[in-house]
Amino acid sequence: MKVVLRNPRREVEVAGNRRVKDVLRELDILPETVLVIRGDALVTADQIVRDDETIELRPVMSGGRE
Amino acid sequence: MKCRKCGDVAVLELRRHNAAFCAPDFLEFFRNQVREAVRKHRMFGRDERVLVAVSGGKDSLALWDVLLGEGYQTTGLYLDLGIFDYSVESRAKCEAFAAARGAPLLVVPVAEAVGAPVPVIQAVTRRPPCSGCGLSKRYLMNRAALEHGMPVVATGHNLDDEAATLFGSVMHWQTDALPRQSPALPSTHPKLVRRVKPLYRLSERETAAYAFLRGIDYIVEECPFAEGATSIAHKEILNRMEDASPGAKHNFLFGFLDKARAAFERAEAVALNECARCGQVTTGTVCAFCKLADQVKRAT
Repeated sequence: MKVVLRNPRREVEVAGNRRVKDVLRELDILPETVLVIRGDALVTADQIVRDDETIELRPVMSGGRE
Repeated sequence: MKCRKCGDVAVLELRRHNAAFCAPDFLEFFRNQVREAVRKHRMFGRDERVLVAVSGGKDSLALWDVLLGEGYQTTGLYLDLGIFDYSVESRAKCEAFAAARGAPLLVVPVAEAVGAPVPVIQAVTRRPPCSGCGLSKRYLMNRAALEHGMPVVATGHNLDDEAATLFGSVMHWQTDALPRQSPALPSTHPKLVRRVKPLYRLSERETAAYAFLRGIDYIVEECPFAEGATSIAHKEILNRMEDASPGAKHNFLFGFLDKARAAFERAEAVALNECARCGQVTTGTVCAFCKLADQVKRAT
């Protein structure tokens, strides 16, 4: 499956037919820090993503330094 | 995973609430959290005009969207920081958002007010870029609200922002900063408007989900100056704690607000004066903003 990452935008290929939470663990991404988007919908961590599908992991963090 | 309310397929799990929601029920949960924040802290009423500070990011546009939906009298304020393509794109997002909803938007270029855009301010002051930027934003938000007769400024600060700020203050025991950290700061001078944070009960992930589900076109790219920012490092630490113990961020912030904040409030009020130059409120003779503008003027 294809995983789209942001900031900077890039794509990585990981094994599919797995739950979202297993993909996040493999990429060392905390579930609290991203939205998981498949097509035009959000998906929860227990959903299975097929090998021929694409998901976007959109970061939700913003901040500054003072 | 099923929606807690209707049993339909969930789109978002909120571990700290031990719940998951479908899209319509999540949007209602989100609006209820904003309603509760506004009610609990008496942030503003329906008869008041609210200046909503928007950056083009998910938080501020989500906030404006909710307040418009609730029927409040809002005007957006976009401060153009002059940070290269980032500012061009974020301004376009705000203008498109406002135009699509027929909502009024004020645009104030920081470069006009200070004399130079944020990247130049940073180079001149040799302070972290967010320092001069934050100072300018707070000043210009207050000034814009006063000029347009609005008694309150609402910002899109969320639970993660507030928890990270609290974490930073506690790590350095900045006891003067602790009492100022609040979802609602009252006006303590005729020239200081109320400042409120109606999203403080909602996490960053929740505001992002709201913006996504509402189809809000927001800027996903980060401010180029935010890379390596202290608040982001603090957020990462807090998110690791949240992962191990859902609700950690909420308990940290709400425990402070409910139990600890009052202990840091000073008995004597800080004396407030009007700046000899611009007339805005300051604790000294000339305000920090005018000093910054002077520094920029001398160097450019």
